[in-house]
Amino acid sequence: MLRLEKRPSDSRLMAYLSPVMAILLTLFSGALLFAFLGQSPTHALYTFFVSPLSDLYGWSELGVKVAPLMLCALGLTLCFRAKVWNIGAEGQFIIGGLGGGYLALQMGDIESAWVLPAVILFGALCGLGWAAVAALLKTRFNCNEVLTTIMLNYIALNALLYAVHGPLKDPEGFNFPESALFSDYATLPSMFEDYRVSISLGFALILLAVIWTLLSRTMIGFQISVLGEDAKAAQFAGFRAKRLVWLTLLLCGALAGFAGVSEVTGQIGQLTPYISPGYGYSAIIVVFLGRMHPVGILLGSMLLGLTFLGGEMVQMEMSMPKSITGLFQGMLLFYLLACDLFIGYRIKLKSSAAKAVTAGS
Amino acid sequence: MKNRLELLGITKRYPGCIANQSIKLSVGEGEIHALLGENGAGKSTLMKIIYGVVKADEGEMIWEGHQVDIQGPSHARQLGIGMVFQHFSLFETLTVAENIALSLPKEKTGSLNELKQKIVDVSQRYGMKLDPDRYVHTLSIGEQQRVEIVRCLLQDLKLLILDEPTSVLTPQEVNKLFETLQQLSAEGCSILFISHKLDEVRALCHNATILRAGKVSGDCDPQQTTTEEIARLMVGDDTPFDKQFTKVEGSTPCLEVNRLTFKSEDPFSTPIRDISFTVRSGEILGIAGVAGNGQEELLRLISGEEQCKSEAVVLNSKPIGKLHPDQRRKLGIGVVPEERLGRGAVPNHSLAQNTLLTGFLSGLSRFGWIHYHKVRELADKIISEFKVKSDGAGAQAKSLSGGNLQKFIIGREILQHPYLLVCSHPTWGVDVGAALVIHEALIRLRDQGGAILVLSEDIEELYKICDRIGAICDGRLSPIHPTDQVSIELLGQWMTGEFDSSSSPAEMQETSYA
Amino acid sequence: MDVDLITNILFATLRTGTPLILIALGEMVCEKSGVLNLGQEGMLLMGAVVGFMFTVITGNTWVGLGAAMIAGMAMSGLFALLAITLVANQVATGLALTIFGIGLSAFLGTNYVGMGIEGIGPWELPLLSDIPIIGKVLFSHDPLVYLSWVLFALIYWTFRKTRVGLIIRAVGENPESANAIGMPVMKVRYAAVLFGGLMTGLAGGYLSLSYTPLWTEGMSAGRGWIALALVVFASWKAERVMLGAYLFGLASIMHLILQGLGFDISPNLLAMLPYAATIVVLMVIASDAMRSKLNTPLALGQPYRPQL
Repeated sequence: MLRLEKRPSDSRLMAYLSPVMAILLTLFSGALLFAFLGQSPTHALYTFFVSPLSDLYGWSELGVKVAPLMLCALGLTLCFRAKVWNIGAEGQFIIGGLGGGYLALQMGDIESAWVLPAVILFGALCGLGWAAVAALLKTRFNCNEVLTTIMLNYIALNALLYAVHGPLKDPEGFNFPESALFSDYATLPSMFEDYRVSISLGFALILLAVIWTLLSRTMIGFQISVLGEDAKAAQFAGFRAKRLVWLTLLLCGALAGFAGVSEVTGQIGQLTPYISPGYGYSAIIVVFLGRMHPVGILLGSMLLGLTFLGGEMVQMEMSMPKSITGLFQGMLLFYLLACDLFIGYRIKLKSSAAKAVTAGS
Repeated sequence: MKNRLELLGITKRYPGCIANQSIKLSVGEGEIHALLGENGAGKSTLMKIIYGVVKADEGEMIWEGHQVDIQGPSHARQLGIGMVFQHFSLFETLTVAENIALSLPKEKTGSLNELKQKIVDVSQRYGMKLDPDRYVHTLSIGEQQRVEIVRCLLQDLKLLILDEPTSVLTPQEVNKLFETLQQLSAEGCSILFISHKLDEVRALCHNATILRAGKVSGDCDPQQTTTEEIARLMVGDDTPFDKQFTKVEGSTPCLEVNRLTFKSEDPFSTPIRDISFTVRSGEILGIAGVAGNGQEELLRLISGEEQCKSEAVVLNSKPIGKLHPDQRRKLGIGVVPEERLGRGAVPNHSLAQNTLLTGFLSGLSRFGWIHYHKVRELADKIISEFKVKSDGAGAQAKSLSGGNLQKFIIGREILQHPYLLVCSHPTWGVDVGAALVIHEALIRLRDQGGAILVLSEDIEELYKICDRIGAICDGRLSPIHPTDQVSIELLGQWMTGEFDSSSSPAEMQETSYA
Repeated sequence: MDVDLITNILFATLRTGTPLILIALGEMVCEKSGVLNLGQEGMLLMGAVVGFMFTVITGNTWVGLGAAMIAGMAMSGLFALLAITLVANQVATGLALTIFGIGLSAFLGTNYVGMGIEGIGPWELPLLSDIPIIGKVLFSHDPLVYLSWVLFALIYWTFRKTRVGLIIRAVGENPESANAIGMPVMKVRYAAVLFGGLMTGLAGGYLSLSYTPLWTEGMSAGRGWIALALVVFASWKAERVMLGAYLFGLASIMHLILQGLGFDISPNLLAMLPYAATIVVLMVIASDAMRSKLNTPLALGQPYRPQL
């Protein structure tokens, strides 16, 4: 008979193996799903996971997805390490984009190199401000941050809808719910000529290194991890929980806001109702998949970015629903959480377990 | 005398250790049988096996002459086995009657009103006053234990198991409990009494089985055997016995607590009522008390986890009541909390990281930048100086045994050379060897001029290491006197709150020093 | 305001509050046993899409409703497997369930968007529905509204008077103790989680088979989350769940009222109302730390596995 047995200390190996196992299980389930739908599993998986990256354009498109995912995931890593369950990266992303977009439209006629930095900074600040609401609610009013940040996401989305249907709607836009295009001075330049990926990817990589250092080498990073692992120990040591909650939420808000404003000033170039395909939510999966470690975040962002591309690809090539992306992402997180069991536990055959211990003592 | 319960060859293994190995034990009808052993000897596991909470890997259990395979606690209760757990299995937000109803089979409880009447009847018969309508979280620890016992008595009880029942009681309550147990025994109920306190076992029990490291190391009649012999059976031949420490007088006041009054937001906490005392440099002050009488709150107020009026807590003439724990540490306070894992140490962090937890002020970081090599050095030093058995500084705190983790935590606090060390339950659940290391370390710190405050439920320990002693009850503090002037009866009275004599505690304290 | 408008508002309030009641009551039972299932939104959408699909396929709304309940329960079974048996973090598992449910429901429902069905119609209770105003407000609803009242009464009574209620509370307060005195902690928690899934599936079916009745992606619009906030608002008391659900129902149909009064406000701004109201409610409730501490099931969200 099989039984679960607690390990005396966590398995580091399993912590890194678990995402790999989860990915394999997801691929396997995906193959089954495709087969069930009457498609050739190998062809479908190839279309989903490999063909998007068959040329440089594909890699550039991956970069387009990776930048916002990574920025949001970095922010969420700070929060989740402190066990501040901020689900609000999506809302912070939208408000960042909306705020930045608003400023870009207001400064439409100004031809100055300062326009873009001002727009970007304002977008990041808007994201930060949106996160500050959640921080205030948690620290001052003791509200559960999962619920408040979700509510703030819905409010942010409706604010965006209101803006593009109302005050920010392009008067010459044939009544489409879209803003006017931003001026060239408020547009984020591409990283390479002829490719869409903007320089926000470069910023994201720099921020990755910064946050890695913050988490692994500084007292602030240490305090964040103590607070997350053991709030009582943090209190015992004198780390101020409320300050850390503020810090992690504000940083996350700024990062997500930056991602949002980079998205609208980069690839999109205007405000539309669809500025996020759910980056803020997918970033949650990135964080778990990436083990809350910066290198893992990079790899995780690439995988999740690929699921977005793959979804578009199977829609185009095989006329399958795009929502398959969400299905894959959800499955991935499920398998990951299940595989994580083996970090703290191991499976033993009941009889052999007894023998092993006797022999060992 | 017929055997009521017989255990043959009971073996239970856990990953990394054998909790019980080939245990043989028999208890007769009406017999009070002691199960003696050190912390970690496997007593609790064995009791859980008898009660069906845990399943044995091997061995058989014979109940009233028939072999049985206990399926679970409700099966055990059907057979007539009742158990009083060390950590009570009660539900705080339910009433006494609801708690008892939950552990009885449906057909036995009847209506709630009938059950309440039965509770009152039984509790009166055995002299344990109990109000069935009160919520458990409003009861004292002693009263909670009564709920557990009455719960057992309401069924057809043939064997009552008590796991370290006296550790949470005042000396007076212990006497009362023993009377009840003797009454039960006289009525033919067998009792299995788990303890590590020899004098109690001698006062109460007919027979004793001694466990060491999961095995039976001997059986004896406690009245016929010397303390020395039993102790040897408990700890083995190679472990040194306890030492006696000389008592000293402190010098200048280090910690002064002045008219400290505090009520926390937590509805389950005990308010602190007007407490004043002084801990001097170079002395150990002990505060006895049954758990939940304000020790935890007092510790948090001194450590800085809770803040109060600035002048209410004074360290080396500096008011610190408003400061946070890190600020107080900077001024020279070390703290050893009651919960080691999950407050004193982060379970999933390495010992090195746990060194940083409270050591970050002593040069391990600069401008917020951590010097990990220094952290590691200090961690290695703690591990070697305090004989912490572990896989090195990289081992997770949760992989250590309780005793080793406690040595690590105490070492971490002492190596920062605090002026004041506050310890809660320094050796609770720790084996004799580790307890000795810890006691010696505390005495050494005292002799180097450190002020030490010890909060403990273990009266024996307090008498052993403390120079002055007092007790806390319901958030109020008794007078404090030199340890050798306080009889155990007096301390027991203090623990039950009987210390409102003519003079105020503050005056008494001064006279004791005059 | 005329009488008709008020009647309509109250009628719509009860209808809008009903799915919230179903979800929140189910989740309340689940949380009382110590398990926090944040996957309500995912289960709700699954209930909605599966209910709709089966109704389209079989042409029978009752079959659809049954399928919705089973779908919700299956989803919660997945949650239970991870969070109870495999001791995964409950917050993360709940989020995973939501993300998965949103994805899967969108995937399953792709071909059903825009289809029409004959929804569950009202049952006008004989005699009672003839009472002026009250008859229209209270007794002219579809059967699920009445069912929500019955379920409320059942759950209220269970926690007030029965041993089952006592056992659920005990398991949610202190699973170690419950295990030590021989309660089947894991089974109780499984049952509570599955019951919660059943209720949320039912609510999903109500949305797609009666309330709208149609299927669109993400049609639950955060109701699962609002219901979670509602449980906190209600301090884990069934009667306050009812009160809260109807208050939220009222907030959600604000646009009806304002339009009725002749105001012209953007529907996007009005759509924020229930979410903003949720935040305000959480603020008011949770800032009383003492009370939330006394009412919250003590072991809520903590994984537990008995050691054998």
